[in-house]
Amino acid sequence: MSQADTSESLTSDDFIASVKSYLVGFMLSVILTGIPFWAVMTHHFEKPITLGLVLVMAIVQIVVHLKYFLHLDFSKEGKINTFSFLFTSLIIVMVVGLSVWIIYAANALMM
Amino acid sequence: MSIAIRADLDVVQADEHHDEHHDASGNTLLGFWIYLMTDCILFASVFATYAVLFMNTDGGVSGKDIFELNFVAIETAVLLVSSITFGFALICAKHQKRAATLIWLLITFALGCAFISMEIYEFHHLIEQGNGPQRSAFLTAFFTLVGMHGLHVTAGLIWMAIMMLEVTKSGLNNRSITRLGCLSLFWHFLDVVWICVFTVVYLLGML
Repeated sequence: MSQADTSESLTSDDFIASVKSYLVGFMLSVILTGIPFWAVMTHHFEKPITLGLVLVMAIVQIVVHLKYFLHLDFSKEGKINTFSFLFTSLIIVMVVGLSVWIIYAANALMM
Repeated sequence: MSIAIRADLDVVQADEHHDEHHDASGNTLLGFWIYLMTDCILFASVFATYAVLFMNTDGGVSGKDIFELNFVAIETAVLLVSSITFGFALICAKHQKRAATLIWLLITFALGCAFISMEIYEFHHLIEQGNGPQRSAFLTAFFTLVGMHGLHVTAGLIWMAIMMLEVTKSGLNNRSITRLGCLSLFWHFLDVVWICVFTVVYLLGML
C-alpha cells in the first residue's frame, strides 16, 4: 500500500522536473566553485579583489545548495526548516563573528 | 489491508494511519534538520577556532607551504558530483525505481570513498613530513576542522552502506524513503560545510 501511495502522486513529469532542478543546482555550483579556484590559482586579480570574490562566491554557492539540494523555501511546509536555519545563522554570526572580532582586537592590543 | 468485513471502520483507521505516517515522516525530517543545525554550530565553533589560530605556526609551515590547490580542486569536484548523484538516488527512490536508486547510491558511495581516501592521503603525507597536528596551533586547528568534516563523511558512508542493504532487503517503503531523506539532508549539509572549508582554509590560506 505504501508503495502505491508514494508513486501515485508522482508522475514522470515530476521526475524530469526534479532531475532538472538538481542539474541546474549542480551547474551553478560548478561555476561558483570554478571561479574562486581559478582566481586564486592564476592570481588574476589584486589580493583584496580576490578575497572579496572568493567570499561572495562561497556565500552565493551556499545559497544555491540550500535552495536546490536542501530544498529550503518559504512554502507552508518548508518554512519551519528555513526559519530554523536562519536562526542558526544568526547564532553563528554572533558566536563566530563576535568571537573573532574580540580575539583579533585583543591580539592587536597585546602587540 | 483487510477492508472486506468492517469496511467503514477500517477505511477510517487506514486514513488515520496514513496521515500519521506522513506526519511522522515530516517530523522525522524536521527533527533531523534541527540536529543538523546544532551540528552547524559545532562546525562554526571549530571554524572560529581555526580563524583565531591559523597564524600561529610556531616557526613551522603555514597554509601556503602545505596546501596543493589542484589536489583540493579534485577533492571538491568529487564531493560535488557525489552530491548530485545522491540527489538522483533520492529522486529514483521517491519514484519507486529500486534498481536505479541502488546504482546511484553505489556511485555516491564510491565517490565518498574516493574523497575520504584523498583526505587520508593528504593527512598521511603531512604527518610523514613532520607536520602532524602536534607541530603547531595552526596544524592542530587544521587537522581538527578538516578531520571533523572527514569523520562526518565517514559516518555518512557507513549510513549509506546500511541504507543500500535496507533497500536491497526490504525495498522502498515509506520508512526507508524517510531515512534516505535524512541521509540526503546530511550529505548535502556536509557539502555546504565543505564549501566553507575550501574557501576559508584552502583558498584564503593560499592568498
